[in-house]
Amino acid sequence: MDIVATVRAFLAAQPPALLLGLAGVVALLSVAGAIVTLLTALKPDKDYRELRQRIASWWVMVALLAGALLLGWQATVLAFALISFMALREFLSLAPIRKEDRPAILAAYLALVAAYGFIAADKYMFYLVFIPVWTFLGLPFLMAMLGQTRGFLTTAATFHWGLVTCVYNLGFAAFLMRTPASDRLPAGAAGLVFFLLLVTEFNDVAQYVFGKLLGRRKIAPTVSPNKTWEGFLGGWLATGLLIGFAGPVFTPLAGQGLLVVAVALPLAGFAGDVTMSAVKRDIGVKDTSHAIPGHGGVLDRADSLTFTAPLYFHLMALFALDRF
Amino acid sequence: MGWLRFLLLVLAARPLALFLTGADVVGRERLPLKGPAIIAANHASHVDTLLLLAIFPSRAVARVRPVAAADYFLRDPVIGWFSRHVIGIVPVARLKAGSGEDVLAPARAALAAGDIVVVFPEGTRGDGDDLGQLKGGVARLAQAFPEAPVTPVWIQGAGRVLPKGETIPAPLNCAVLVGEPLDWTGDRAAFMARLRAALLALKDQAPPLRWS
Repeated sequence: MDIVATVRAFLAAQPPALLLGLAGVVALLSVAGAIVTLLTALKPDKDYRELRQRIASWWVMVALLAGALLLGWQATVLAFALISFMALREFLSLAPIRKEDRPAILAAYLALVAAYGFIAADKYMFYLVFIPVWTFLGLPFLMAMLGQTRGFLTTAATFHWGLVTCVYNLGFAAFLMRTPASDRLPAGAAGLVFFLLLVTEFNDVAQYVFGKLLGRRKIAPTVSPNKTWEGFLGGWLATGLLIGFAGPVFTPLAGQGLLVVAVALPLAGFAGDVTMSAVKRDIGVKDTSHAIPGHGGVLDRADSLTFTAPLYFHLMALFALDRF
Repeated sequence: MGWLRFLLLVLAARPLALFLTGADVVGRERLPLKGPAIIAANHASHVDTLLLLAIFPSRAVARVRPVAAADYFLRDPVIGWFSRHVIGIVPVARLKAGSGEDVLAPARAALAAGDIVVVFPEGTRGDGDDLGQLKGGVARLAQAFPEAPVTPVWIQGAGRVLPKGETIPAPLNCAVLVGEPLDWTGDRAAFMARLRAALLALKDQAPPLRWS
């Protein structure tokens, strides 16, 4: 079999807008890489190692996610299940947990498997209630049967917070892959997920860049001292504009729906970032692990996504999709 | 048999360690890549051995040999075969220590053959929270092989993944902190004190373990 022909046929079967979007991301990363190379040459006394490491990690993340999106819903659901697993493992490793809770930890991973099983089986209603209702009740019951009542309510809340953010909320991104073709998607279901990831990460980077360039007034000094009003507003504006212009290319959004997503999504990204910073500060760590060189842990990278994914999903369901 | 061990370590032990612990290594560049060399780590779980076999690069992993208690790991033929040929243990008859028999002879032979020998100076698995009393065997090995660097390694959290007495592991992140290698300076007591201080200094840099 001819490999070139196979690759060509594989790419030809993809929505052109998705390939265009991925090419755009590759171009953006190349420009970022070129700028850092230039900076290194111009200012040899400064250390740009972390920045270079960060961009190298972006290449790896983009390659893995783009590969999953192009391969289809099975690969994407598996990829998000792995992201959720790594995020939940980081969360449960850092959160205060009691020694008696080992069976509850194992049960939390089982809940992850079940939740992603519902996505794979396309059981939307089961997914919606499984973690917020049944795991919410079942896990504390299991903890009660384990017999340790010291710090019970705090631990039950810790488990639930971890499962909702790391599994339930991130899972919505994967569930978008189950949107049927009958929903008239301009870049396929993968285009919906691509756009969510693009704008969420673009918002993170834009807030960081605007903050570095213009940042003066601190916005949440006790929680996240590096965040400024200038960074927040600059990121909001830039991401809002990106959503306004690129939204119709990748999603069925238009008019009012597009406007609401453009205004609300950057806010959700900021909220996720700050809220997870409060959790990390409470636990007493800066990064949740060293899984992604230059970025920290999976939860450090996915913190804003735990807020934007459910919001994006529900606004999409409200304004543009018949399936959900 | 060497190729079987290599394949199992790279294709099974490594993914398993990543799945169970995330294998979050700090200071990987300080790991020795050729022997004779000694790794001295704290011990709270069988996961410690799995992790230390998993974090070495492929070109060095065939040389890594954990020192393990003969009374425990060679107690029956199946576990014994697995311990010798897959884990690659250097058996130490710890029950015969002090009987006049040279229990460290297999470890010295491994070092003489150019292996990277992993020792758990606590001698047994602890509770995972604190560093127990250190046994002096590692100083005797360092004295016998002054050219072998002794690299202190602190493993944080393995005792939560699989505590002593449990059989089902629970995936939780472990940090592996690799310290600067110590050189033999001629005095066993002083060497053990330096090793203990180095391990505790690494422990201080580890992410907090908040379980009670």
